[in-house]
Amino acid sequence: MTFVLDAVLCALILGVAAATIAGHGVFRAIVFFIVYGLLVAVGWVRLGAVDVALAEAAIGAGLTGVLFLAAYGRLGREGAGGDAPAPAHLPAAMAGLGVTCALGWAWSALPLPDRPGPQLAEALPMSGVENPVTAVLLNFRAWDTLLESVVLLAALTGLWMLTRDAAWGGRIGLPQHVRPDGVMAGFGRVLPPLGLLVGVYLVYIGADRPGGAFQGGTVLAAVGLVAALAGAVRPPRIGATRWRAALVAGPLVFLLAGLAGAALGAGFLTLPPQIAGAALFAIEVALAASIAVTLAFLVLGPPEETITR
Amino acid sequence: MADVATVVLTGIGLFFFLAGTAGLMRFPDTFSRLHALTKADNLGLGFIALGVAFQAATWREVALLALIWALALLAAGTVSQLVARAALGEEETR
Amino acid sequence: MTLWLSFVAAGVLASLAGALWRVWRGPRRADRMMGAQLVGTGGVAVLMLLAPLGSWAALDVALVLALLAALAAVGFVKATSPDGAGDPEEEEETPRRKADG
Repeated sequence: MTFVLDAVLCALILGVAAATIAGHGVFRAIVFFIVYGLLVAVGWVRLGAVDVALAEAAIGAGLTGVLFLAAYGRLGREGAGGDAPAPAHLPAAMAGLGVTCALGWAWSALPLPDRPGPQLAEALPMSGVENPVTAVLLNFRAWDTLLESVVLLAALTGLWMLTRDAAWGGRIGLPQHVRPDGVMAGFGRVLPPLGLLVGVYLVYIGADRPGGAFQGGTVLAAVGLVAALAGAVRPPRIGATRWRAALVAGPLVFLLAGLAGAALGAGFLTLPPQIAGAALFAIEVALAASIAVTLAFLVLGPPEETITR
Repeated sequence: MADVATVVLTGIGLFFFLAGTAGLMRFPDTFSRLHALTKADNLGLGFIALGVAFQAATWREVALLALIWALALLAAGTVSQLVARAALGEEETR
Repeated sequence: MTLWLSFVAAGVLASLAGALWRVWRGPRRADRMMGAQLVGTGGVAVLMLLAPLGSWAALDVALVLALLAALAAVGFVKATSPDGAGDPEEEEETPRRKADG
């Protein structure tokens, strides 16, 4: 019966993927993409990759959906909501097909990686955490994760460069407004406290169970987004020092931990076992804060309102 | 005994999901379809959570199931209200 | 019990095909959003059913999905409001059109 379950899940995922790119209508494609994220998250759980499933649930089904819907709404308001003519899709389709073929080739040509065996089991006690995924992300392959956190920051910098001069210094995103006693305002007041709890919980358990800075940070970003859209909190001004500090806290703490490793003689970003536990906890907390703030700001977009000087 | 409760309750939950989907497919207009959707959201998920709770080893898992259902209820109520409002006056689109 | 829970999970997933049909068909944008909403709830149900089959950590994923279940719908009503930042409840007199499918 579990085979039937997996077969149905695979059929749904493939069907939704096909429906996302087939047919026309931007809105339908967006909704199918949201659904795709939901189903893929279930698929990751079936594969035993709960860490990935958590990130996919928060990003695929949550943040990117809001981003695409906002873009769709804006296209409509700018009078550019119509579908692109069919020939315009051709290069995109060819590029997509090319990537698919390359991935298929890589999958068949590259040797299957060995299951993490005794090496990981031996190294894990020295990593400072018990969740092997967190150990790999923040310790064994710390370089990748450090650079990823910097990429997020670079993406936000790029986005902020698009701010109009007249809006610079204003509050980020569109000026949101809701009916004060309405359903949306009520939802925006009830959900964030619970969501804050869930996000912090995911960051905290990341050391020994599925969860961690990325998963918890993404959930916190989504919850902050709900609060902002529902008018429960006003987004900060683009120049606010405290919030800019939150943006760089993660990469900064990560770098400092790496330098501490070098100072103790283990080498840059190589954490000796005696400080690994504390260092990873500090990195995780700072990184979660940075990821949450960066992702929320990315989805909200640059300041829009022209401010009077 | 716990297994019997799980089978019965998750079975009822599955029934409500099937009924909700049938309603979403068959009901004639947007607002009656919204009505079908909330049945699956509230009752279907509730019965499944209750059924799975009989398999839980610790109270933590039971509490987690209850929290998930409560969040789903909150979301379902909010979504149906907002989507219904947005649908009022919306022209049919492709 | 594994057999039964897998059966129910497969059943819920199969029923979601109907919701996907509604996403494809429309005709209104609200109909498509409802289809996505049902898939979200179905996903939470499937994750709950998977939990006793081996990993109770699946409940953490279900928790995140349930927490963010309304996010897409909030984004939708925001995006379709006149200035992209409004609330459908704000307008006192919504122009009522024929509510047909």
